[in-house]
Amino acid sequence: MGNKIVQEKENVPVLSVEELSVSFNMYQKGLRRENLEVLHKLSLSIHAGEILAVAGASGSGKSILAHAVLGILPGNASTRGRMLYKGQPLTEKEKRRLRGREIAFIPQSVDYLDPLMRVGRQVMGVRGTKERQRELFGKYGLEEGTEKKFPSMLSGGMARRVLIASALMEEASLIVADEPTPGLSKELAEETLQNFRELADAGCAVILITHDIDLAFRAADKIAVFYAGTIVEIAPAKDFRAGKEALRHPYSRAFLEALPQNEFRPLKGFQPYAGKLPKGCLFAERCSERSGMCMGEIPMRKVRGAEVRCVHAR
Amino acid sequence: MARMKYTGKTVLRMLTLFIAVSILSFLLLEASPVDPMTAYIGTDSTFSEEAKEEILRHWGLNEPPVKRFFKWAWNFVHGDWGESITYKKPVKTVIAERLKYSLALMFAAWSFSGILGYAMGILAAVRKGRLTDKLIKTFCLALQSAPTFWIGLLSLSLFAVHLGWFPIGLAAPMGKAAEEVTISDRIYHMILPAFTLSVLGIGKIALYTRQKFIEILNREFILYAKAKGESMGQIVMRHGIRNTLMPAVTVQFASFSELFGGIALAESVFSYPGIGSALTAAGLGGDVPLLLGIAVCSAAFVFAGNLTADILYLALEPRDGSFVH
Amino acid sequence: MKKCNTRTRVMIYIGFASVYLLGIFFWGLFMPESGYDVNYADKLLPPGSGHLFGTDFMGRDMLMRSVKGISVSLLTAALAAGISSVIALAFGVTAAVFGGRLDSFVNWCVDLFMGIPHLVLLILISFMLGRGAKGVTAAVAFTHWPELTRVVRAEVISVRSSQYVRAAYKMGKSRFSVAWGHVIPHVLPVYLVGVILLFPHAVMHEASITFLGFGLPAEEPAIGVILSESMKYIAMGKWWLMLFPGLMLLLAVMLFDIIGENLKRLWNPDSGNE
Repeated sequence: MGNKIVQEKENVPVLSVEELSVSFNMYQKGLRRENLEVLHKLSLSIHAGEILAVAGASGSGKSILAHAVLGILPGNASTRGRMLYKGQPLTEKEKRRLRGREIAFIPQSVDYLDPLMRVGRQVMGVRGTKERQRELFGKYGLEEGTEKKFPSMLSGGMARRVLIASALMEEASLIVADEPTPGLSKELAEETLQNFRELADAGCAVILITHDIDLAFRAADKIAVFYAGTIVEIAPAKDFRAGKEALRHPYSRAFLEALPQNEFRPLKGFQPYAGKLPKGCLFAERCSERSGMCMGEIPMRKVRGAEVRCVHAR
Repeated sequence: MARMKYTGKTVLRMLTLFIAVSILSFLLLEASPVDPMTAYIGTDSTFSEEAKEEILRHWGLNEPPVKRFFKWAWNFVHGDWGESITYKKPVKTVIAERLKYSLALMFAAWSFSGILGYAMGILAAVRKGRLTDKLIKTFCLALQSAPTFWIGLLSLSLFAVHLGWFPIGLAAPMGKAAEEVTISDRIYHMILPAFTLSVLGIGKIALYTRQKFIEILNREFILYAKAKGESMGQIVMRHGIRNTLMPAVTVQFASFSELFGGIALAESVFSYPGIGSALTAAGLGGDVPLLLGIAVCSAAFVFAGNLTADILYLALEPRDGSFVH
Repeated sequence: MKKCNTRTRVMIYIGFASVYLLGIFFWGLFMPESGYDVNYADKLLPPGSGHLFGTDFMGRDMLMRSVKGISVSLLTAALAAGISSVIALAFGVTAAVFGGRLDSFVNWCVDLFMGIPHLVLLILISFMLGRGAKGVTAAVAFTHWPELTRVVRAEVISVRSSQYVRAAYKMGKSRFSVAWGHVIPHVLPVYLVGVILLFPHAVMHEASITFLGFGLPAEEPAIGVILSESMKYIAMGKWWLMLFPGLMLLLAVMLFDIIGENLKRLWNPDSGNE
């Protein structure tokens, strides 16, 4: 089994997203329609055994990325770009076939469980078995009575473990976890990250969506910095741990500076709203290195072993 | 504990309302220009002076209205509901005889409209925005806008007269003695009136279920169910029914008021011998005791429906932590 | 793609429905009695043959009678909408503004009127007023306020407790200016939609109770009377007597619903969202 994983790791990414754009068709006051683009030409890839953290401020559209991968965007959404799963095009039909089987989703909170259905049945899903569910509950230290409980009776930590157990019901190759830690105590957050590490070590590719960059540092192998609906930099986690000099995008550096344990210097200004986006670089308005070149098309390019979306990056 | 207290309060409130409804009905009839004596014994009566005197005293007809109400209420709780002028029988007997026909009719219509409406609502929600949804919505709107009695006339004309599938009216074949009437006769004669009566409710329950299920479909746990690979059919079976059935049943119970109103119309069209046609006859014939008896019964019926709805609503609470009254 | 096609479509719906309803109303209102004169030579003619909707047992033109009947129903409904909406506005606003006991009292009254089947209430009131046109009109006019009262009350309460109204008070605005500037603009659309949605109920109830025989006398061309008469001829296969007048009634009721629902969509774009 080990050999196979190594091969996959070297060769084809489990998931690669190429120039993905997502837009919503919205009604405005008086029933006028408007097309709102929320993800713009986003690219990323992830290999087996890796944890990729997608980090960014709240409201930057990170969850939409997760929903797009799983094919559970609302009906008024339209997507452009391409996704490949293990080298094969990941069409909507393929997503329908794979989700729950090979692509698992770990949602944010207990709100994602049916309030009127007992936890055990929900974890089993439509194809799972009672044995596997019991085994997983045992593995995650969920006591026997848990399967008979309704979601509202679960504590935060139990809910988290239930949701992780759900993802492992079937043989998942790709796990997408959306904000798995907010509201958890420090110990529980640590425990959750440990769970993810184990999953990755067992050969899963894990996408960890979070607004907590601190968390991303410790758990992830690679970090994708998300800003205003696109990824501005994907770099190894060690670059982030090394400090801002090792990073390439001005926003990544600013993001790092804003952390409490660093200089705690907040970045001035606001993220632009979808629908009111500037031309060219989305970060230009708040950037100290802004120049005329920033007004054009900004492609993703390789700089010092990582990918960055900035014309000034060196 | 809080729930017990709430239930108690609800019951109490409903009881006071029920009494108030009786008073209101009494007052409305009291205010009619019909002479009280005529109202109680009718016009073409052969009562002797002594008998009239007796009725006058029994119902307190020459006393002030408040006293008269108490006299009536006293008699009413003691089982004396007066004498129906139209049917020349005690009001209680008239109502008891006819209630079983009406209850059978209402139950059939109520369950039929509930099941069909619920299924249509779920289907429309699943196909939201598509042709099926639009057709169901339009159909429901049309059903809701269609007067019950006209639906009755229409089905009578089409199914009974032109196609000859069903009898034209009554609860049993004409000329058949009461003891010879079979259960299949009864059902056969009930189909068209029940269908007519159910039309009223289908639209309401379908649109409510549709709305409720769409709301549920927008909840996060449906998204998660999809992400776990559940198909739409599995979502309906696993989460849809679980989350919408009880609210829909609650709404269906709360619709007893319209149902009772509907029987007056449906029964008139099909000359079906139930409470509804008695109500019309009593109203047209100035039969005050019967009118009052039926009004109070109708209020009790609505009261029972609302109470059931409230209790069901409360029963939903313990399982769902997010329940807010 | 056309940008505001939904909005335009909504406007067209409202426009067409209003024109049709107003057209029928005025056509019936100013129709001379000769429009539906008795003519025994032409009795019980099927539709077509010079009479689009056929003729009845006295040879009267069913189209003309139906139009007149709907028009009469609309007049009753307008009266009901007028009276019931004023009661609802007064009750709803009183309950919401004063709260406490008055609020409980209003709610209790609403529950009281809803505690008895509407049709039974209509029969009781019309009986009290000695049946006939007066009784039916009053019964319909005075019984359609409870639901609208609830709507008005809920709306006023939600506006009053909203952030900006409280902010306006804090800024020292007078009660009157808050009411004028914030409360009325928010409550009015909901109220008007409520009044329009009251029409279909009133039309249907008027027709129902007339059908049962409580309403207008048999010689009047009311839609309930027409349908009640048609009952005697159904067994003879004279289906047109009930089909067309009923369809016209259905259409009128549906169009009011369409106007109301579309106005709602126009004023509350959220409900138009997918």
